[in-house]
Amino acid sequence: MAEDNKNGKNGNGARVGLLERVKAGVKEDVQSLKTDMPAKAKEQIEHLKDPTKTQVYTSIFRHKHDDTPRNRALGVLSNVFLHLHPAKINRDAVRYSYTWGMGGITFYLFIVLTFTGVLLMFYYHPSKVQAFRDVLYLEHDVPFGKLLRNMHRWAAHLMVIAVWLHMFRVFLTGSYKKPREFNWNVGVILLVLTLLLSFTGYLLPDDQLGFWAVTVGTNMARATPLLGHEGPFGHQLGMTPYNDIRFGLLGGSIVDANALLRSYIWHCIGIPIVASIFMIVHFWRVRKDGGISGPAPVMLASEVKEPKK
Amino acid sequence: MDWRQLWEIASAPDNIPIVGLIPLLIFYIYLAWKQAKANDELIAELETSPAMAKTHHRKSWPFRPGWQKEVHVWPFLLRMEFLAAIIVSAILMVWSITLSAPLEEPSNPNLTMNPAKAPWYFLGLQEMLVYFDPWIAGVVMPTLIIVGLMVIPYIDTNPLGSGYYTWKQRKFSIGTFLFGFLFLWVAMIIIGTFIRGPGWQWFWPGQTWDHNRLIYEVNRDLPDIFGITSNLAKAIFGAVVVGGYYLVGGFIAHALFRRYNPKDYQRLSLLQYSIMMFFLLTMVALPAKMLLRLAFNIKYVWITPWFNV
Repeated sequence: MAEDNKNGKNGNGARVGLLERVKAGVKEDVQSLKTDMPAKAKEQIEHLKDPTKTQVYTSIFRHKHDDTPRNRALGVLSNVFLHLHPAKINRDAVRYSYTWGMGGITFYLFIVLTFTGVLLMFYYHPSKVQAFRDVLYLEHDVPFGKLLRNMHRWAAHLMVIAVWLHMFRVFLTGSYKKPREFNWNVGVILLVLTLLLSFTGYLLPDDQLGFWAVTVGTNMARATPLLGHEGPFGHQLGMTPYNDIRFGLLGGSIVDANALLRSYIWHCIGIPIVASIFMIVHFWRVRKDGGISGPAPVMLASEVKEPKK
Repeated sequence: MDWRQLWEIASAPDNIPIVGLIPLLIFYIYLAWKQAKANDELIAELETSPAMAKTHHRKSWPFRPGWQKEVHVWPFLLRMEFLAAIIVSAILMVWSITLSAPLEEPSNPNLTMNPAKAPWYFLGLQEMLVYFDPWIAGVVMPTLIIVGLMVIPYIDTNPLGSGYYTWKQRKFSIGTFLFGFLFLWVAMIIIGTFIRGPGWQWFWPGQTWDHNRLIYEVNRDLPDIFGITSNLAKAIFGAVVVGGYYLVGGFIAHALFRRYNPKDYQRLSLLQYSIMMFFLLTMVALPAKMLLRLAFNIKYVWITPWFNV
């Protein structure tokens, strides 16, 4: 303490000492820049030669990518999108002739439809004034707008076909049998949701085709037993065109602005969310029920063990 | 032969999926049939020699010792999925570039489209409107189709044919499904698309759609043919006929099923058996009613103050 004070009072000598020290320090810094930085740069370049060792890379990919059985398995298991699959499957399960690939194609088309659908939503207003004009605008002015709409339309049709063929294959291979009964039911619901998705989209261009298709379709709801005003016992239960199930579907007694909005919301938000949930269950159960059903070894009638009653 | 009319229907953009569905179905039925045949031959072979059944590979293609039973999903399954996605994308792209989604005039409630058709995948139900009242064709029937599909895994007690294509082990279930899917669903859609013209009248392929054609058809109700006039008697008569159909039809179906499907018959519980019979008879009622209508011009069978069948 005393020494410090003394130096402080003395002033000049201490200042010189400080200056020297700063000078020396700066010199050291400059020297370090000269020697360390090139070394670091060299090291950096060495690292860049193998980007898989960088922290960024290893933080994203948890394992190496060498072609070893372990890494092939990890490639599937540690990836959120691929972990739907097991690491290994029966050698026959990849045969196209068995599965026809229709379930996967259906899912792929759903993704295509979500993607093109979101893009279409940027250009579309679900109102009577705008809807038809937006489609015209999309067809004639938006870059690739026509392609976008066409892809959405045809992917939707293709998805309906793919779903039917998927169901057809699952039936023909008896894949709904024990223990997959529940997943067949989830699939039936997904089939219905697919048709409803397509149907609700039909009205959105607000043209004659969609308008009359939806008019024909929803007119049937008038005749719903108990809940429709023209259906059996509907009149007795106090159903009128203004409070029956068709009114609820359309948001009015005719296909008009409210129906357009309702079908838009069902088409873009409601049904996709519900369908996504059912899809999650569907895929999950495929795995939990023992993976893909076949091609299984054939069973002989003489080997069937009748369960005891 | 009006080729132009034929071309107009077949080339309408929204009808392309149906035109495409037909060859797709033929191809996949062929693919399934080929595998079913191979499996059935193998099954027949193994059934005759129990010694062979113990050692022989239970699939219709060879397997040699030393071959791996399982393969890695990465890359053996993923490459298939990737390829499928690319092919579907390519098809969709070409389809979307070459063919535009239809856009009619703006919707106009005062100008009815003739024919006003539902989206193609619902045309089967619209065709049913010819033969049934809307509450049956539009509400009850779709519900029964959905529920009917859902109960399949629970009423098909046959343990054979799970996970491989076969015909001989599951003749009844596959036959019933093919009948429902191909004749009552796909065929009705094809009729609704290619045959039904203005006023939902029957136009043979190549026949010009005549918007002024009138058909003088006198449809009668079944009770009228028997000279029944009072409402009460009509209601009772209809109930007897419909009930009689289910009783007599059920008895015939029972006699046939018991004879030709003794094992399934034995396995089915009373609940399973009655549910199966109900859906089977209801399904057969469709072509039965169509026949009554087309051959005998009969509109209703059962007339009550609240609903008609």
